[in-house]
Amino acid sequence: MPKKSHIKKVLIIGSGPIQIGQAAEFDFSGSQACRALREEGVEVVLVNSNPATIQTDPDTADVIYIEPLKAELIAKIIAKEKPDGILSGMGGQTGLNMTAELAEMGALEGVEILGTPLEAIYRGEDREQFRDLMNAIGEPVPRSMILESMNQIDEAISEVGLPAIIRPAYTLGGSGGGVAHTPEEMRRIIEIGLARSRIHQVLVEESVAGWKEIEFEVMRDAADTCIIVCGMENVDPMGIHTGESVVVAPILTLRDDEFQTLRTAAIKIIRALDVQGGCNIQFAYRDGDYRIIEVNPRVSRSSALASKATGYPIARVAAKIAIGLRLDEIMNTVTGVTPASFEPAIDYVVVKVPRWPFDKFKSADRTLTTAMKSTGEVMAIGRTVEEAFKKALRSLDNDMQRHTNPSEIRMILTSPTDERFGCLFDAFREGFTVGEVAELTAITPFFLEKIKNIVDLERKLETNFEPEDVRTARRYGFSDEDLQALTKKSVDELAALSGTPTYKMVDTCAAEFPATTPYFYSTWEEGCELSRDGAKKVLILGSGPIRIGQGIEFDYCTVHAVMALREEEGIEVHIVNNNPETVSTDADTSDRLFFEPMQLEDVVNILKKDGYYGVMVQFGGQNSVNLAVPLEAEIRRLDLPTKILGTSPDAMDAAEDRDRFSRLLTRLGIPSPANSSAYSEEEARRMAGEIGYPVLVRPSYVLGGRAMELVHDEAELESYIKEAVRVSRKHPVLIDSFLQNAVEIDVDAVCDGTDVLIGGIMEHIEWAGVHSGDSACVIPPQSLTPSVIARVREYTKKIALGLGVVGLINIQYAVRNDVLYVLEANPRASRTVPFVAKATGIALAKIAAKVMVGRRLADMGVAEPEIEHVAVKEVLLPFNKLPGVDTVLGPEMKSTGEVMGIDYDFGRAYYKACTAADNTLPTTGNVFISVTDEQKEELLPVARKLRELGLSLYGTSGTVDFLTQNGVEANLVRKVQEGSPNVIDAMRSGSIRLIINTPADKASRQDHIQIMRAAVDYGIPYITTLQAARAAAMAIDAIKREEVTLEPLGHYHGLA
Amino acid sequence: MKAVLGLEDGTFVVGDGFGVEGTCSGELVFTTQMTGYMEALTDPSYAGQILMFTYPLIGNYGVDQQNFESPMVHARGCVAREIAAVPAARPSVADYFEENGLFGISGVDTRSLTIKTRTVGTLRAALIVGSDDGAEAVRRARAVSPIGEVDLIGDVSCSEPYRIAGPGKRIAVIDLGVKRHILESLGHRGADIHVFPHTATPDEVMAAKPDALFVSNGPGDPRRATHAIRCVRDLAGEVPVIGICMGIQVAALALGAETYKMKFGHRGTNQPVRYKDGSIYITTQNHGFAVDEETLPEGCTVSYRNVNDGTVEGFENRDLAITCVQFHPEAHGGPRDTEMHFFDRIYREIP
Repeated sequence: MPKKSHIKKVLIIGSGPIQIGQAAEFDFSGSQACRALREEGVEVVLVNSNPATIQTDPDTADVIYIEPLKAELIAKIIAKEKPDGILSGMGGQTGLNMTAELAEMGALEGVEILGTPLEAIYRGEDREQFRDLMNAIGEPVPRSMILESMNQIDEAISEVGLPAIIRPAYTLGGSGGGVAHTPEEMRRIIEIGLARSRIHQVLVEESVAGWKEIEFEVMRDAADTCIIVCGMENVDPMGIHTGESVVVAPILTLRDDEFQTLRTAAIKIIRALDVQGGCNIQFAYRDGDYRIIEVNPRVSRSSALASKATGYPIARVAAKIAIGLRLDEIMNTVTGVTPASFEPAIDYVVVKVPRWPFDKFKSADRTLTTAMKSTGEVMAIGRTVEEAFKKALRSLDNDMQRHTNPSEIRMILTSPTDERFGCLFDAFREGFTVGEVAELTAITPFFLEKIKNIVDLERKLETNFEPEDVRTARRYGFSDEDLQALTKKSVDELAALSGTPTYKMVDTCAAEFPATTPYFYSTWEEGCELSRDGAKKVLILGSGPIRIGQGIEFDYCTVHAVMALREEEGIEVHIVNNNPETVSTDADTSDRLFFEPMQLEDVVNILKKDGYYGVMVQFGGQNSVNLAVPLEAEIRRLDLPTKILGTSPDAMDAAEDRDRFSRLLTRLGIPSPANSSAYSEEEARRMAGEIGYPVLVRPSYVLGGRAMELVHDEAELESYIKEAVRVSRKHPVLIDSFLQNAVEIDVDAVCDGTDVLIGGIMEHIEWAGVHSGDSACVIPPQSLTPSVIARVREYTKKIALGLGVVGLINIQYAVRNDVLYVLEANPRASRTVPFVAKATGIALAKIAAKVMVGRRLADMGVAEPEIEHVAVKEVLLPFNKLPGVDTVLGPEMKSTGEVMGIDYDFGRAYYKACTAADNTLPTTGNVFISVTDEQKEELLPVARKLRELGLSLYGTSGTVDFLTQNGVEANLVRKVQEGSPNVIDAMRSGSIRLIINTPADKASRQDHIQIMRAAVDYGIPYITTLQAARAAAMAIDAIKREEVTLEPLGHYHGLA
Repeated sequence: MKAVLGLEDGTFVVGDGFGVEGTCSGELVFTTQMTGYMEALTDPSYAGQILMFTYPLIGNYGVDQQNFESPMVHARGCVAREIAAVPAARPSVADYFEENGLFGISGVDTRSLTIKTRTVGTLRAALIVGSDDGAEAVRRARAVSPIGEVDLIGDVSCSEPYRIAGPGKRIAVIDLGVKRHILESLGHRGADIHVFPHTATPDEVMAAKPDALFVSNGPGDPRRATHAIRCVRDLAGEVPVIGICMGIQVAALALGAETYKMKFGHRGTNQPVRYKDGSIYITTQNHGFAVDEETLPEGCTVSYRNVNDGTVEGFENRDLAITCVQFHPEAHGGPRDTEMHFFDRIYREIP
């Protein structure tokens, strides 16, 4: 079938900010789709609000809009760009919902919906339509009932029974869903679900908890050819969202006849949906009986996993299908000799394990349910299940608490939390039998046996082992570190017993055909498919799973570094990473991809296999930076020819080590807040006293501000130290004087050892004290004096040169009373690098990578950009996904992702950023305000402004009295504890359009928590700092004056 | 228990033996299927071959006798990276091999062996279970007769004719090692099935007054299926002829065309074929020989082609009413995409 020749220009909608349930997988899919379409000569218009994406790079799409993903804005973009088609299935559920909305509002006149037809969007997402379709084609679904009102609950209980699963329609990652065991639970979950659902609809259905959960990734083209790219099996049975489950590929415990029954059903379903492209279909399976659980007629997190698990580029193929190409007309880029119309055969085991943010959110409910809570995931490849399990756990890179108390273990096994997978190991360590664990978890014993094999071998290695056991341990994925701890042997002794790992290729075809795409994993077998050659090779460390503090920004930087080096003559660029969602792990991003854990030994093993010229640790975030020093030591010990490229590990240490850094600042004459490093509790108490409370305390070598806290007195300090010292025994506790009411500044720069290029100076909206990753910021600075900006430049240059940075550096400053303090310097990629790039058009990470292989800034013709527009970065907070989490912003990072608003003035740019972060500021209606007494004076101009703009103000007695006394009209509502109708009732009824509620003192703390929780649950925009409230008032003002600008990114950069 | 697999190129690998002590030899072939290991092992077409699975975990769900394609394992030996020690259902593959006197080796790098096979072509091999004597295994591998010189069909064909009565059209099946599901697919459509041993003569076949002649799959070189070739040669034009797998090769040879031994064949459940109308199907395949398209006589048209390498996966001759496929529409193991597509059509077309 020929390509649709009338499709010359296609619109792709991205998925917006990274949030729980929608992570980097859609940048991976969208970028792949852009490339695939452009290869076919199709012009691509891309809309996404997330600047930290590869798809919003000028190299990826032809026309890029970084705009809020709101139908009315996209409709205007469509009117302006006049695309011939819209590719609906690349931006996750956001992309599909947006397509449906655009169609409903008539914005798609003359625009062909490509890939996922509108009917399929509705049938996939609208439960009733889905059920009707399944009934029509004779495929079984769980008994169920659709509810649109709370009155139908009794009927639902009698129709469906308990326990029952509740899923709201049109939400991300099943947000707002859950399992109800009692009528009360059902009532509560349904109420929230109805509020979250875009169409005010929830499904209550038969619980198939405990059944096997099986997923298929299916592709179909316009000629009706269907293939299964990958079948996947959840280790955690039904009842836990597949995104929260440990998943293996291929399906391991179904007989062929069972597998084929589901495969046949999957193909029947994709045909009935008439999807042209990719589709994810989820089954519950038990003893020959099955139910269709869910259909996602689009690319998804699972399809990203399936792409990485098999090597088959689902999004690329789906995009080509969408413009009319047939599967057999599309080349399988992995083999290069066979077309895409086949089913991948793999010859290894893939394991995916989610990464949860509970190390950040101590108070969150850690129970795993049908709603997603994880932020990211890792994938591991091995030739045994044991090996893949062990490699996945190692890739997670987090501390696992060992459980030894049998009752506690039993509890975690029955009510699963993020700790359950690790706890399976503990259960066997504590002598549980496979039968018992299977009974408690409903996990298929096949998987439990594999875990028990690992534990049994651990025991043997600890006591009395033969050399053969060490070899078995290697095949089970035990690391050097594991083996050293168990056997008390040195690394060299272990190497003598078991040799070194071999590397095998992921080739989509189980070696049936020669493959050209170099995608490798390590294992411990005889044949190694890597051969040494003379090429100049550079290994770049990726950033691993997406977690709070280490997000997609670092993958963006990794990919940019690769792109930059691939432009250089004679350098072969290799990546090591373990996050299946990302662009960096797309097999054609680099010259060679290693899908591996990233502990020291994993990286060293790769370096040992070939004569690497260099390794880059700057781009992957704090985790890869932490490897710099040990990696250098290991390179020296093994006498490898490899260099750590760019800033030396010693210079990195000089920036991380508080004492060394303080000495440098003193030498350079640059002020910093009084600070010290304490190695004991005693020392900490004394130093904090000297500095003066409040102080910021944290362990050294932190990630995303982990365990950083604002401490007000000695009692708080003591309780903190106990926690922090446990977190990091090797490193001291850092104590900083806290600058109150200071403006914070972030700078990203590149240094080549001689010159310094400042990429962007960002002024934070929120004051210092809110983690820089959580505060909004703006380029160019809006309130800083020229003298401060000049000093920022001067200090940045001095520090970069003083440290000896070669590559990227990010410096955080605070200004108070015209004094500019350096808070910290990080000689590595920062999370603002992509924002700076998108705001100014300067690809900082690429420049840095080139500098690191010896290029000079002076030769590159780059200069600090001057821009006439304004770009605002705003963050996305995960509170709607994580019940029980404190919504107050502080020094601990909480946000999962970011958006950018760009326009010609601050107000409109901030307005766009808020809108993009789903916190749309109202231009009319009611605003509820509650601030502490100390902030009332500051509130006054903001309140006055909002009144002038025509908004009505509401508050409780204290605020209202104050405003009225000062001549600002405000209406009284009851506090929560004053009974109904109170502020929460007003919120529930929809009459409040914006909440301004700053963290309260202890007395009204309860009120604050309840109001914030209600704002999150009912989806009401909210603001928690006065600075943001001021910015919001400016934004509303601007938006009332003038419409937002809708221009592609190139338009702004062209003017620069 | 040790085991060693020796290859004719002089290399050998030592691994863990399963089944019973002893030696087997034959061609080493690989299949890329990830499920359906028992269906493959019991497929009579694997007679004379040592079957290696590229998927590293075999035996996960135990031995599912209800899915056997014939009453016993026909592959001479089994090579796997790992055989599940504790499968999801009993008995385990290892136990079954032991009880039934079969030979297997696990713990070897099957991917490396697959790459070798892909690169140099199918190799003769010998598997000695209970020994790690590589030299001996190589010696025995080199002593294996080329598959074209071995009579394998006689071992797997039925010895007496039998009938699976049905209310519909009468089909004479020449059993060169027929898979159970081929007969089931015909039976589901109501066929009255008369199965003949591979030695059946045209007269014997015609005595059953069949509405169609069906030639089954089978092991080894199709040129050794001399009786079946004669049947087709004599009966084509008289009755419609249908063939699957070796059946297509037999039909081609009967029409005067040639078959050839492929470098390493097609074995797996993911092989795409393109039908003459352009549609594509994912099929199960198991063949080391193929029909040489160039030699097909006039009147024959290629109806299916392998999408990966363009080889003949089906041909038909309208004048003589011959319809043959190289792949396995009956599936088991593998996708059922062509079950209805093929069997409905051929059954309907039988006059």
